[in-house]
Amino acid sequence: MNHMITTESLRFAYKHEGGESTQVLFDITLNIKPGEFVAVLGHNGSGKSTLAKHFNCILLPSGGKVYIDGMDTQDEANLYTIRSLCGMVFQNPDNQIVATITEEDVAFGPENLGVPMPELRERVDEALKTVGMFEFRTHAPHLLSGGQKQRIAIAGIIAMRPRCIVLDEPTAMLDPVGRREVLATISKLNKQYGITIILITHHMNEAADADRVIVMNDGKIAMDGTPKEVFTRVDELKEFGLSVPQTVELLYELQKSGIDVPLDKISVDECAAALYSYFK
Amino acid sequence: MIRDITLGQYFPGDTIIHRLDPRVKITLTMLYIIILFMINGPIPYLIMTVFLSVAIYLSKINLRLIFKGLRPILILLVFTTMLNIFYTQGGTVLLNIGFVTVTTHGIYMAFFIILRLILLISVSFVMLTYTTSPIMLTDGLESLLGPFKKLKFPAHELAMMMTIALRFIPTLMEETDRIMSAQKSRGADFETGSILKRAKALIPVLIPLFIGAFRRAEELAIAMECRCYRGGQGRTRLRVLVLDKKDYAVTILTLAVFAISIVMSYTIVWGVITR
Repeated sequence: MNHMITTESLRFAYKHEGGESTQVLFDITLNIKPGEFVAVLGHNGSGKSTLAKHFNCILLPSGGKVYIDGMDTQDEANLYTIRSLCGMVFQNPDNQIVATITEEDVAFGPENLGVPMPELRERVDEALKTVGMFEFRTHAPHLLSGGQKQRIAIAGIIAMRPRCIVLDEPTAMLDPVGRREVLATISKLNKQYGITIILITHHMNEAADADRVIVMNDGKIAMDGTPKEVFTRVDELKEFGLSVPQTVELLYELQKSGIDVPLDKISVDECAAALYSYFK
Repeated sequence: MIRDITLGQYFPGDTIIHRLDPRVKITLTMLYIIILFMINGPIPYLIMTVFLSVAIYLSKINLRLIFKGLRPILILLVFTTMLNIFYTQGGTVLLNIGFVTVTTHGIYMAFFIILRLILLISVSFVMLTYTTSPIMLTDGLESLLGPFKKLKFPAHELAMMMTIALRFIPTLMEETDRIMSAQKSRGADFETGSILKRAKALIPVLIPLFIGAFRRAEELAIAMECRCYRGGQGRTRLRVLVLDKKDYAVTILTLAVFAISIVMSYTIVWGVITR
């Protein structure tokens, strides 16, 4: 089976003016399967955003290779195919909305791809319905809330019909309501439409819903596994300057004080059930 | 407070004037202005005035708004009147005090020049700014300038810049508001002192605003590239301007009125010189 994203000992260094360079990514080898929901965690400066920018040809590797659906990102001929196949959503919704009307903005991507008219309208309407913003199609984006704006930005990507969406801290500037809206949308895209999701975040709770969690530290992959495998390594995560979901934190503290509870109960319900069966 | 500023001054509505194709509006408005400078004689002027009055009536735009639009050129109007009254000679002398001579020709000239200026300003307000949304204007301009692309005229780029400018005006206004509040909370004073002092107080607002705008521009450029933007080539459009029956009808009617005015101006010898 073809991998959605493959990196082969990817290295990346930012070049400074004086000829010096700072290495940000070190020998990253990674395979992401189609339909996977991957959360990438790491504190600031761990290289997680830099890694994400390689999946969309914004950055090209200084060494090693990145393949998107088997296509080499360094081959100029693949540029627009890769970008339409693997969309990207950024942190600040204000800075990625181009047009003054919601539906026009959603149409921006497919317009650039040259999608002809009846299909273009279909794609825009469908994308707006998918993110639940259809009734706002003729509104001005600047009057919408942060969560709504971010959903418009996501709709703008979906309208290009990508197979993979990379989201670079999409909830960092949103309030709790907006965050929930956006996460629900992301999860729907993954579960219902089978779109590969790569969610860059530093919120542990957002990562808990993923199929797979990759922890970055100092430009290297520090951990890679299911949420249960990763979050139970509490001591290591703390060493990397990361926290763990509150449920795991609670179980961890209980375990430390000698109470025998399992660590791998991440969701609130699971955790409650584990505690209930222990104290019963 | 800063958010109250409306740009473009578009007044939404659903009249025939609002629904006209922006290309038709732009073209006919430009023609109207050109014709204003070609016509001669009271009847052609009357035709042009009545024509615009009908347009204003159909657009349901409040007359007060049009007067408001004329206010900035009031000084210009007064000045032109004076010049024309005092410097045009001919006809019967009405008044003669020292070196000041007022003649009938001077009065006529002044009257028609003022009328011409008022019509010129009003037509652009009624047909363009008041009844056409900025987006439609941008689309119309892009479409009209399209043929010049062959001469390397950047029609698409210009329209894209206008769209982005319109999109970011409210965002940057909000940001200005926020920066001003932040500076005020740290003791900045924008309201008192001389103009110079107040202008200086704005520097700490403008610098972060500009830096922020540049950062936004860079992020927007990356986001646009991610959505496969590569200029106007091969782009399709969601909203395509299509001329329909009413656009053709309005165009034909308007051209007929213009033709009558022109023909009358050049075939009839008017007793009154108006240009």
